[in-house]
Amino acid sequence: MTANRLAESLLALSQQEELADLPKDYLLSESEDEGDNDGERKHQKLLEAISSLDGKNRRKLAERSEASLKVSEFNVSSEGSGEKLVLADLLEPVKTSSSLATVKKQLSRVKSKKTVELPLNKEEIERIHREVAFNKTAQVLSKWDPVILKNRQAEQLVFPLEKEEPAIAPIEHVLSGWKARTPLEQEIFNLLHKNKQPVTDPLLTPVEKASLQAMSLEEAKMRRAELQRARALQSYYEAKARREKKIKSKKYHKVMKKGKAKKALKEFEQLRKVNPAAALEELEKIEKARMMERMSLKHQNSGKWAKSKAIMAKYDLEARQAMQEQLSKNKELTQKLQVASESEEEEGGTEDVEELLVPDVLNEVQMNADGPNPWMLRSCTSDTKEAATQEDPEQLPELEAHGVSESEGEERPVAEEEILLREFEERRSLRKRFELSQDAEPAGSQETKDSGSQEVLSELRVLSQKLKENHQSRKQKASSEGTIPQVQREEPAPEEEEPLLLQRPERVQTLEELEELGKEECFQNKELPRPVLEGQQSERTPNNRPDAPKEKKKKEQMIDLQNLLTTQSPSVKSLAVPTIEELEDEEERNQRQMIKEAFAGDDVIRDFLKEKREAVEASKPKDVDLTLPGWGEWGGVGLKPSAKKRRRFLIKAPEGPPRKDKNLPNVIINEKRNIHAAAHQVRVLPYPFTHHWQFERTIQTPIGSTWNTQRAFQKLTTPKVVTKPGHIINPIKAEDVGYRSSSRSDLSVIQRNPKRITTRHKKQLKKSSVD
Amino acid sequence: METAPKPGKDVPPKKDKLQTKRKKLRRYWEEEAVPTTAGASPGPPRNKKNRELRPQRPKNAHILKKSRISKKPQVPKKLREWKNPESQRSLSGAQDPFPGPAPVPVEVVQKFCRIDKSRKLPHSKAKTRSRLEVAEAEEEETSIKAARSELLLAEEPGFLEGEDGEDTAKICQADIVEAVDIASAAKHFDLNLRQFGPYRLNYSRTGRHLAFGGRRGHVAALDWVTKKLMCEINVMEAVQDIRFLHSEALLAVAQNRWLHIYDNQGIELHCIRRCDRVTRLEFLPFHFLLATASETGFLTYLDVSVGKIVAALNARAGRLSVMSQNPYNAVIHLGHSNGTVSLWSPAMKEPLAKILCHRGGVRAVAVDSTGTYMATSGLDHQLKIFDLRGTYQPLSTRTLPHGAGHLAFSQRGLLVAGMGDVVNIWAGQGKASPPSLEQPYLTHRLSGPVHGLQFCPFEDVLGVGHTGGITSMLVPGAGEPNFDGLESNPYRSRKQRQEWEVKALLEKVPAELICLDPRALAEVDVISLEQGKKEQIERLGYDPQAKAPFQPKPKQKGRSSTASLVKRKRKVMDEEHRDKVRQSLQQQHHKEAKEAKAKPTGARPSALDRFVR
Repeated sequence: MTANRLAESLLALSQQEELADLPKDYLLSESEDEGDNDGERKHQKLLEAISSLDGKNRRKLAERSEASLKVSEFNVSSEGSGEKLVLADLLEPVKTSSSLATVKKQLSRVKSKKTVELPLNKEEIERIHREVAFNKTAQVLSKWDPVILKNRQAEQLVFPLEKEEPAIAPIEHVLSGWKARTPLEQEIFNLLHKNKQPVTDPLLTPVEKASLQAMSLEEAKMRRAELQRARALQSYYEAKARREKKIKSKKYHKVMKKGKAKKALKEFEQLRKVNPAAALEELEKIEKARMMERMSLKHQNSGKWAKSKAIMAKYDLEARQAMQEQLSKNKELTQKLQVASESEEEEGGTEDVEELLVPDVLNEVQMNADGPNPWMLRSCTSDTKEAATQEDPEQLPELEAHGVSESEGEERPVAEEEILLREFEERRSLRKRFELSQDAEPAGSQETKDSGSQEVLSELRVLSQKLKENHQSRKQKASSEGTIPQVQREEPAPEEEEPLLLQRPERVQTLEELEELGKEECFQNKELPRPVLEGQQSERTPNNRPDAPKEKKKKEQMIDLQNLLTTQSPSVKSLAVPTIEELEDEEERNQRQMIKEAFAGDDVIRDFLKEKREAVEASKPKDVDLTLPGWGEWGGVGLKPSAKKRRRFLIKAPEGPPRKDKNLPNVIINEKRNIHAAAHQVRVLPYPFTHHWQFERTIQTPIGSTWNTQRAFQKLTTPKVVTKPGHIINPIKAEDVGYRSSSRSDLSVIQRNPKRITTRHKKQLKKSSVD
Repeated sequence: METAPKPGKDVPPKKDKLQTKRKKLRRYWEEEAVPTTAGASPGPPRNKKNRELRPQRPKNAHILKKSRISKKPQVPKKLREWKNPESQRSLSGAQDPFPGPAPVPVEVVQKFCRIDKSRKLPHSKAKTRSRLEVAEAEEEETSIKAARSELLLAEEPGFLEGEDGEDTAKICQADIVEAVDIASAAKHFDLNLRQFGPYRLNYSRTGRHLAFGGRRGHVAALDWVTKKLMCEINVMEAVQDIRFLHSEALLAVAQNRWLHIYDNQGIELHCIRRCDRVTRLEFLPFHFLLATASETGFLTYLDVSVGKIVAALNARAGRLSVMSQNPYNAVIHLGHSNGTVSLWSPAMKEPLAKILCHRGGVRAVAVDSTGTYMATSGLDHQLKIFDLRGTYQPLSTRTLPHGAGHLAFSQRGLLVAGMGDVVNIWAGQGKASPPSLEQPYLTHRLSGPVHGLQFCPFEDVLGVGHTGGITSMLVPGAGEPNFDGLESNPYRSRKQRQEWEVKALLEKVPAELICLDPRALAEVDVISLEQGKKEQIERLGYDPQAKAPFQPKPKQKGRSSTASLVKRKRKVMDEEHRDKVRQSLQQQHHKEAKEAKAKPTGARPSALDRFVR
């Protein structure tokens, strides 16, 4: 766009220049013509003169070179005619001739005009163009200034930027401005009015209000008790569920898994009945998931655990069993593969497969009679199954409690396996059908399989997982539905009451409480001061004494340290316990004497003062003495540099700030800097601050959760920029900020905020326009 | 629809009417007196959690005779300003009688403000000013939020008040036990352990566990509220001091030779031989430092989180046997035999401060929980309370007949002193005031001389270890009633404790940050800042932040001669110079005025003075 505009402007400019050039050219050409004519004439005359030189004064026909009134028919000029020229003739054309006037005018005009300047050279023109272009783009870009300012000052920016939605009006405002118009709405309103439903106040109908009023305290209490009970029951149930979730027993989980598998099968069957196509798909998915599992080395007894077990297997029966289990699992999976292949190869039938299976089972059973073979559980004969199922109920109490299959529980032993067997057959037949259909399809599908088998596999894994999850969730739902009918039955009633019971006027309560407290406190305040004041008055006299020396201290230091320590302090007189004899004055005096005697040797105060003096001396900055003995005077043993010289070369250390303990006689405060702590302090002022006080003020409030409420903590630690994961952050566009896109908006923006154009810009604009 | 309430009018609920009438459920904005349980009951319901000794309002008069327990005076409440009710009218016609956010008392907000606004800042640029404004607004907002949450501190401290003229010190433990509820009464008990000598004791930070060690090697830890014994062993060595580490699971015992650490089963975990002949132990919970004072005169800091000795400082003052910590800034106070108390930090080899407190040696030191007051007692039989806020001057002094051998402050500022076999407790006027030593608040006599004292955190209980065993005393108003559930929760479970432990370790404060002013971290290190500036100037050859000298702008043609430029320059310079002179003159004037004020203006010398002989 800008390029276009630029081109346009350039064009305009060049046109202007051409226009300016035009008159100049015209004038130039005219003057040249005149010059040429003169020259020719002269040249002609010269030629004539030369030709006349050779003596033969030949008469030559005069050539007519200018217009004359008399034109002879012989083409003879007036020159040779010998007529005399009269002045009047000369003056005649000067008079007024219309044709010359115009020329004159033109001439005068040309003369009056100054000479037009030369066109600017290329560089300058380019510079001007650049300037103009810059101004224009600067104007265009200036529309972003407020946006940038806003973003810089914003406490938090959330990317990707979302357009600000218009503020949502509160529902009540919307409702008040709204009226039923359509017949449907009117009908609904009629209904509502008929039942005296609250239209505006969505809280309580009159009926409800009445019922509420009618409810007595006892009733309310009962309701509440019921509610509480229900809630308690629910919480118990939840706790139980949570506990069960945490159970680590392998056996329990095995049983659970089995139950889940059964459930899955059942559901699958149902699905098959309802929607065979979907069932087929699901089946395929399951099958593929199986395949995936088979590909892994999970049950190949090659892991760390398996190896360790293999070492132990010689001696440990359990280890052997575990190994066996693993192997059997593996076998089960591999067996599946065989089955699949068989079904592919020989479409014969299920009997064969079963025949194939049975001996295996037998073998297995013979091989390890210790326990039931897990992979055979599905297809083994009824007696083994029964044995398994009979074992189950003993371990299943929890399972039953969980309510996975309560209804099944009664008719379980026989019916279950029948279902299972049927299931198996059906599945097989289904698969066959599916495969047939697959065969019918061209090899394209296979190609895709080959090429993107990896992708498919991964997809399948996901799908299978989803499937499993679905099953689980469905199961959980079912179980929860199964076991909480009690709770649910009771719930509807609570739902009506709960809000009322919960929505106790808390705020009022607290405020009232506060007010009450305030009242009480008023009373207390009235009551309290008296005893306190009395106490203070009684205490005042002794209190004054220890205070007095403190005041003095500020003025004269060090002197009354003695005072400070030896001030007579009041002794405790009112000890309630009778064993403590109250000291009488003389006893006290005795004691003090004793103490004095005991500590006669060590004058604590003098020692302390000495220590303090030393500390003060040590902390003072030292003067530097640069005198060199022997320079500029006599040197030698026993000679000391003169005082004058010493004074001259002594560099006095600057006096430091006054000591903190200057006025505190009984204290020595260490003035040394704690370097280790200083290492943790800020030592460089950040940008906008010029004085450390300013910066300190901004870091004085702690932001940790230890010192703040949770809300405040979160507010103080909100990140400056928040990005949504997985979203592309596009550069900001005009539409995002509420501007119309397109070139026109630029102008409008500029007009809208003319202040944005700085004075410099204005100057440039003016300049460019002048140019 | 309900009628709108009249602003400002608040009818207190009538009791009799409420009790006779049926209870009616109401919305909170409904106008009439609200028969809530809180409003109707004579006082707000107290849920006693068994943990806080707050004697109930006695209904029977004979208890009341002994001691009247009254409620703590509350902060004056601000009146709610009412806005125009019409504007608040909602669609339902009902209106919020309490429009807008709930008001917050200004004093409470002030309490949480941390920016020192008294200091005037130098003139700042607009950008800086905006930053400062943001910081101030943030501070205000957070402090308002904190003030709002103050409402959640529902518990009130206990109280003991004599009838007019009655001395509370005459109320003995038996009376208190009789007056309080059963759960609180159960907190008063005696452990008769005469066999293993005088006992030192320590409560864990949550106040739930108690550990004690006898001079003759008996060490035990128990959950003293339920009286469940955690461990009991005999270390077969003299026990000097005992202290819980950060949690009740670890126990440091200063034995005759070395420092040992046991767990709560009584299993010895560590024997720290670098801390030998330890006499006193202190644990700094936020720094995870165990400070030990030894007979050899060394103060050793052991970081228990990493097991390293952070600093071993030689106090150069002989045997150290008096030690306490300042809970406000984790500075260790050591008492010496020459009557001084020295303040120590592991970052400094010398004491941070030395205070001459007594003429004789110092026997005991204690610092209150706000770090404002320090109580010391010396061999000169004096008990002094010092102000630690920069002046280190004694606020009050008292001579005790036998002198106090042990001192301790409670969380709410009660001071206890053990003198021989008597325990004296002093209380202050309010929370922030020092305990007044005029009248003891409570006294109690024990079966043997006192050897260890500590107030139990969050309980109105004082534990006293003496030669006859352990005594747990009831001291109403000693403990902080509201505990921080995330910081030190007496009821925490094992899981919570583990969680807290991890968090506390993550928030461990480095040992070198211990100094007299704990807020020093929020200050800029001015010395290195200035040094850095100087170095920069040296490096660059000029001061990048210096104000540019005045450069006169070129004026119109003809007026911008060199002479005029120079003239203008000089003008500005002169003006600046004049300003400076003016300022210095003003300062001089101020000084003179001050001096004149300070000097007592005597009678003017008269001409006749010369004749005075």
